[in-house]
Formats: sequence, C-alpha cells, structure tokens
Amino acid sequence: MSTRVLRVGLDALLVELDDADETAAFHAELQRRRAASVLPPVAEVVPAERTVLLDGVADPDALAAELTGWCVPPLRATTDETVTVPVRYDGADLAEVAALWGVAEDEVARIHSATEFRVAFSGFAPGFGYLTGLPERYRVPRRAVPRPAVPAGSIALAGPYTGAYPRSSPGGWQLIGHTDTVLWDPSRERAALFSPGTRVRFVIEGA
Amino acid sequence: MSVTVLSTGLLTTVQDLGRPGHAHLGVPRSGALDQPAHRLANRLVGNPATAATLETTVLGCAVRTGRAVTVAVTGAPCAVRVDGRPAAWAAPVRVPAGALLEVGAATSGVRSYVAFAGGLAVTPVLGSRSTDLLSGLGPAPLAVGDELALGEPCGPAAGADVVASPAAPDPLLLPVLIGPRDDWFTERSLAVLTGSGYRVSPTSNRIGLRVDGPPLERAREGELPSEGMVLGSVQVPPDGRPVVFLADHPTTGGYPVIGVIPAAALPAAAQATPGTPVRFTAVRRRR
Repeated sequence: MSTRVLRVGLDALLVELDDADETAAFHAELQRRRAASVLPPVAEVVPAERTVLLDGVADPDALAAELTGWCVPPLRATTDETVTVPVRYDGADLAEVAALWGVAEDEVARIHSATEFRVAFSGFAPGFGYLTGLPERYRVPRRAVPRPAVPAGSIALAGPYTGAYPRSSPGGWQLIGHTDTVLWDPSRERAALFSPGTRVRFVIEGA
Repeated sequence: MSVTVLSTGLLTTVQDLGRPGHAHLGVPRSGALDQPAHRLANRLVGNPATAATLETTVLGCAVRTGRAVTVAVTGAPCAVRVDGRPAAWAAPVRVPAGALLEVGAATSGVRSYVAFAGGLAVTPVLGSRSTDLLSGLGPAPLAVGDELALGEPCGPAAGADVVASPAAPDPLLLPVLIGPRDDWFTERSLAVLTGSGYRVSPTSNRIGLRVDGPPLERAREGELPSEGMVLGSVQVPPDGRPVVFLADHPTTGGYPVIGVIPAAALPAAAQATPGTPVRFTAVRRRR
C-alpha cells in the first residue's frame, strides 16, 4: 500500500491511496484505531473515492509521520454488522440497466440482491451513501439528462456505485428500484442508515 | 414565549455554532459565519456561546417580542430601534413585551447577529439549531409571520463590554496555506492568485465567498476523484474563479483545492460586501 499524506490548511490531513480497495482498508483501519482509542483525537474522518480526510487534528505533523508507518491489512469480509434493505426492483431505468448488463430484468434484481455492498463514503446529500460491491462489468453511465426529481427511497446505479436517495432530489443515476426503509432521520440515534464502512445487503421485497 | 417575524431583509437565518462532526455523513458544519460576532451577542445578553441567534444579511430584520427580553445586536453595525426609538448597537437592550425590535440595514459589512436572552429555542437537528442552506437541515430561513420560541434566560447580561464598531474589511485580506492540490495548477496560476486584484462577487453566499478576477489556469486536464473538503478551502471550478468555502460548504467535492484560508480569517470574509477588493497572500505553515 502506498500512502501519500497531503497537508490541508492548518489542522487537516488528506491521505491519498492508490485505489478504492486501499481506501476502504485504510478507512477501516482508522475506524479500528479510533474505536480502540489509539488514534489521536480527530474532529472529522471523511472518506471519499481515493482519499480519507482527517480534519481537526491537534498535531498534524506527528499524525502524518505516524500514518505512513502503519501496516494496514487488506479489507476482509468481516462479521461487521450488516444492514438489510428490502427493495422492489421496479425502477424507471431497470430495462435500460438490464440491456446494459445484457441480462433479463429479473436477473438485475437477482444479481444486485446477491451482492454484498459496503458504504465507501457519503456525500451529495445528508445520508446519501456511495456503495461499492458490484463487479466492474456491471458499471453503468449516469443518465445523459438528469431527472429534476428522483423520489425518496430510490435505489440507483452510476459508475461503480449503488446509491439510495434519502429524500427526493434531482439526480442523474439509473433507477433500478425503491425501498420504503427510512435512510435518513436526524431525530433517531443513528441518523444515517448508511454510514461509511456499513455493510449493506439488498433483498427482493416479498421474495 | 416567542418572537414574531415582521420582516426578514435579504435573508435571515437562525444560527449557532453549527453541527461539526457529521461530515462523513454528508452533513455540512453550518453555524454563524461571523462567529466572534455571534459569541459577543450571546455574551452581552448572558447566553452561552451555543445559544441560537439570528444572522441577518445586508438589510436587517424586524421582530415583535412576546415577552420582555434583553437583546443585543452585533456584527455588521446598523441602526437598532425599539418601538421606533433608537437603541444601542452591541450592548444589552431591554425590549418590553409586545415591542417592535427593528434591526436596520448594515451601515457597513453584511451580517448582523441578534441575540435574545435565553436564545432561540427552535428544535435542534443533530445537536444544532443552525439553518444549513446547502442541505436544508435546521429551520427554514425566516419568513414573515414565523413564530420563534425563546428559551429561558440563564445568566446575567454582561453589560460592561466596550465594543468598537468594526470597519468592514477593505481590502479583504485572505492568507492562503497552499495545497493540497496546487499541483493541478500552473506556476503562473499561483502567482495570479496572490498577485491579482480580485473582488468579492455578489453571488457569494453562506456556502462560499466567490470572487471576480482573473481565472486560474490548470496544469492538467481530467477530473479529480471527489474528496473531503475543509472550511476555508479555495476550490477552483472549471471557470477558474476561486470559491472560498464558508460554513454551509459541501463535505466533499471534485474540483481541486489550490489552498486553504485559516478559519481565523473567515469572519472578515463573512462581512465583505460585494465589490470589496480581495488580496490572497501565500503563507507558510509553522513547523
């Protein structure tokens, strides 16, 4: 693993990794160390596609030096808690996704629901997770023309990611289904059902 | 008891110290843009810094108070009136029950802060009462007719402060710690950023301070994978005009950040009126 650490402002570090897998492994290592209280206090840990941002670091120079010496194990399929989300695979773009994948529509549902996903990072809107897990051959482009309003609960694909819209918003992802599960509720203990590192499995509703 | 909103100026929002700590969920930090002014207003009426105040924009606001309450107006200097009579700016002002409190247009600067003893008791979201204009968390921006609940006063007003009326920044001086993505720009771009006359753009808002001036030239094409953004990031979108991220900034972004403005310089950015000259100065980190 090659870990490049960039200074950001006075008290933040941007850790740059080689690919999505290394980023996931590094983020998991950060979470382990944070949970074990062996990571110096950090105000925010924000993973993204190829980076993890550490913001609000008391001694960024010391932490930067420490990070580069870490031995980070590859991400294992762990016994971490898995969130299960029932889905009706009836999205407006299901036929198009099936055509792109070269399979029947019900096969899209079977393949997608047989995949173990992990929330790689969040962004775009509170509680919107970018989930990885689908093999490379199932990547699909964004829609050429985004929709002005994607319904809340929509399950959608773009590039390597599966996403779920916590609330209605404009969006250019390909809609494959819908869930009634509440993905974002700031009044509950766990506001975002999908937070970085969470394992997710989608199940066919009624199946 | 509550206050009733009678006018909202250009934009008036409820703000406190924001909701940091949730950036990994896509939640902006939000909070008062001019935090020293927000803290001072609270202190003047005996509130903790965490109490919610009103943040006005350029044209002030007006409310009617449901009970007698001590208020203080700080930040951008402005005329303060209680039932039409002039009252002190940046000092505790006793407003009788049912009186009209008018916070006038800023005579300089952009944002005034109005603290009420006891604070505004709107429902907190993720531990903060701040309005977040990017993601829509917290109370909606104030509308005429809104009723805002007041909390219970909890401390004596600190009346002894002598507050100098702050001059609006002119020029706005913004120290920049270069990086993390300065390698995405030409050498010349760095010189352009720190050596050119920029001006505050009227399109600035709580999400970012936008500037008009020469565009910054990229040294490489292509897209940067989305990455985490910090407060004060100077992000450069494809049009080359830098945007300084303020409290409601997105938590991740895909445009390269050429440098970062330390947080201590940002309250001035919140008070810079459109057209104000902006000077970026490269500074080094002390090791």
